[in-house]
Amino acid sequence: MQTAPLSRYLSLVPSSVMVGVFFAIPFVMILLTSVSTPAEDVDYRYAFDLQHFERFLTWFYIERALFSAGLCALIALISLLIAFPFTYLLTTFGPRTQTSWLIYILAQLSLSEVLIAFSWQILLSRTSGIGNIIAWIGITEKSFSMSPSAGAVVAALVYLAVPFSVLLLFPALSRLDKSLLEASRTLGASPLRTFFTVVIPVTRPAIISSGVTVFVLTLGAIIVPQVLGRPEHWTLSVLITDQAIFNFNMPFASALAVVLLVLSASVIVLVTRYAGGAKS
Amino acid sequence: MKIIRRAYLALFALYLIGPIVIIIAVSFNSKRFLAFPPRGFSFRWYAEIFVANDWFSSLMNSLFIAFASATLAVLIATPIAYCAWRFGLRYAKALFALGIAPFILPPVILALAFLLFFSSVGMHGWMLNVIIGHAIFLLALPLVTISLGLESVDRSLIEASQSMGADNATVFRTVILPIAAPFAFAGFAFCFVLSLNEYIIALMTVGFTVETLPIKIFNALRYGYTPVIASIAVLFLLINIAVFSLIAKFSNLSRILGAMD
Amino acid sequence: MTGLVIQDVTKKFGSIVAVEDVNLTFNSGEMICFLGPSGCGKTTLLRMIAGLEEPTRGMISIDGRDLTGVPVHKRDIGMVFQSFALFPHLSVGENISYSMRIRGHSRSECEDRVTELLDMMHLPGVADRRISQLSGGQRQRVAIARALALNPQVFLLDEPMSALDANLREAMQIELRKLQLELGITTVVVTHDQTEAMTMADQIVVMGKAKVLQTGGPMDIYKTPADKFVAGFIGTSNLLPAQMAGNDTVRVGGAELKVGGVKGDHQSGEDVLLMTRPEEVFVHPVTDAPPANAISGTVTFVRDIGATIEILVDCAGNEVISVLTPKDWPGVKVGEAVNVEMPAAACNVLAA
Repeated sequence: MQTAPLSRYLSLVPSSVMVGVFFAIPFVMILLTSVSTPAEDVDYRYAFDLQHFERFLTWFYIERALFSAGLCALIALISLLIAFPFTYLLTTFGPRTQTSWLIYILAQLSLSEVLIAFSWQILLSRTSGIGNIIAWIGITEKSFSMSPSAGAVVAALVYLAVPFSVLLLFPALSRLDKSLLEASRTLGASPLRTFFTVVIPVTRPAIISSGVTVFVLTLGAIIVPQVLGRPEHWTLSVLITDQAIFNFNMPFASALAVVLLVLSASVIVLVTRYAGGAKS
Repeated sequence: MKIIRRAYLALFALYLIGPIVIIIAVSFNSKRFLAFPPRGFSFRWYAEIFVANDWFSSLMNSLFIAFASATLAVLIATPIAYCAWRFGLRYAKALFALGIAPFILPPVILALAFLLFFSSVGMHGWMLNVIIGHAIFLLALPLVTISLGLESVDRSLIEASQSMGADNATVFRTVILPIAAPFAFAGFAFCFVLSLNEYIIALMTVGFTVETLPIKIFNALRYGYTPVIASIAVLFLLINIAVFSLIAKFSNLSRILGAMD
Repeated sequence: MTGLVIQDVTKKFGSIVAVEDVNLTFNSGEMICFLGPSGCGKTTLLRMIAGLEEPTRGMISIDGRDLTGVPVHKRDIGMVFQSFALFPHLSVGENISYSMRIRGHSRSECEDRVTELLDMMHLPGVADRRISQLSGGQRQRVAIARALALNPQVFLLDEPMSALDANLREAMQIELRKLQLELGITTVVVTHDQTEAMTMADQIVVMGKAKVLQTGGPMDIYKTPADKFVAGFIGTSNLLPAQMAGNDTVRVGGAELKVGGVKGDHQSGEDVLLMTRPEEVFVHPVTDAPPANAISGTVTFVRDIGATIEILVDCAGNEVISVLTPKDWPGVKVGEAVNVEMPAAACNVLAA
């Protein structure tokens, strides 16, 4: 032993402090605040009071939670359907083309949700968007605006989710043993049939975990539902922001955050248990 | 089959790049109101970013925060990844898992946690808050890339180096660092780009005191349009592309993304 | 009857020529081995027969059926891949019956055929297992069974033994050859292992640098290799620089030797190579009566491994290896001067 084990632990102290103080403690504070109780002199004090969760259990908030889950499930499904064939084709491209595409996909994926929302707002606007182009071509008499609407929210959220889906599917598809596809072809399966009987079943675990990840990512979207949707399209994340920043109701915001956390975690657990468990 | 493939690829590219093309067109528009097809051509909205004081200071805030938080994230991640890999410390592995968690959570949860924490310890709206916030949120990225880099170090190289008389510090400096450094850089670059574009954590930590570009854009969106936003979108996309091209050039992009080498 | 025909086939990948001007004709039911070092184009040639690559030029036909432009899945081939390429999401039985289900065979037909094939491969009762539960040798048997499920016109194997343990390989080579003879199916095996090729093949095609160097029966190639590359690749050989000294005589150093076989036309006085196989070369102490057709040298190493004894002799700067059975053992020591006898029938002349 050249190094005493203690010094190994010492080198971890600064990182431990950072992660402990700035992640573990704030995280616990959410849990505590969600069950806090209103107080006279301060905003709230820690207790075990479930009134904020009781407030959540009204139809308005339950409906919001169900809407969020349904919307994000839909987005995950659509974005996987769009991204899977592309990612499959991407792995067959030459290394240069592949790298260029990956760089672009990463660049778009990192682009601020604010900017994505802005560009879709323009795209769907009356004066400078698709409506304008359609009118310009002559399909309709006058240009028209397509947002705010549920369609606009879905289109922009899918746009946010597709690059993530591509990158999440990429490892499994690029590791997919190409000789399996060739074997399938020599056994008489057409390319399309090979895609459905080999490519999809073999990569099924990756498809499922990508779907779950995209679902959770989309649950975090805040700006698109506000900018491109009406209040009835707001998701839990938007409501949390609204409660925290504009209503200064930290306990209720925390309770909603706990609900969001439980929702994400249970979807992850359920889907990986029941869909991923089938493989030996 | 070929036709279906081409058509699908074309549609996919159109969906991905179409909105960007419209933004580019709008950003070069010479009129104050947004228009597409654009009328006239000018660089005026690009000049505005650098001339208009409020836009420029937001840009500088964002760049500073991105740089500082990416540096901090790499500094926190390096000892964790190193101890987990080199000594297989269980504690380091647990810390590693804990460090990944913030990135997986919906960011609004983390943002709220920071808001509660910083206000309760009296750090109201310090710029340091968002730097720490982003470093913690994005910690997963350098953790993963640095681990990938370390895993590509052949352990027999370390033993060879030791057999020639190198102590732990020398092994780290002469063998491990040169191999793992590009991956640490990749982690830094990922953090930098994502911090630059991040909105909700910045809003909840420093939203009322420091204006980052995403916050300023969102505020501008609420109170009316300006083509400056389009030019900023193009600028940000170019920064993103430049940074990821650097990663691709100096590190192994497909390996980082989990593909086969 | 004519089976596999490869006519003027060339394959280029960009500017790289992988296979150049290959012309081969084989009878139906033959077992053919493409033999050569890695990168010689043998796998590309096999993949062109399968349809996984299209030739840049030329034509391939099987039993008179031109395969140009026929997609892989309509070729009626069975192929075993180097990695076996068994579908991890399907059971053993589902893997084997995959091609039958695509052609719409009924469930009971599939089950019967799976049982029959597994019996044939000596793997009864594993139809319901998962691929991950099988050993390497079992996987290979399943891969073979899967390729043969629909009785294809031609059976292709790409380096089939390379994923197996060394001790399993030999037994499997013999078993595969027996199976092929029993089924009488035209078979092409790609390998870089000369023993494997010699064990199984009716016809060996030796390839090097994208070209066919020699085609023939295993023994023809061993006894009379076409050039020094083939001689070096198939078995061990002694190559000595020599000059032609007449129609069937060469000069090596100061000695003149009679030779049995001459490849190609060589002028008298031309530089050539004298090729012999180690087991046909004998060593005698100088104290014995000098044998006919011999050169002199010095023993540099003796390796006695029981069944055979290998003697390394330095003959004027060239190394000659002699492999003898214990009964021919001359009892020489390292450093001793010896005569190396090369019987005329064992001597071949190759182009230098």
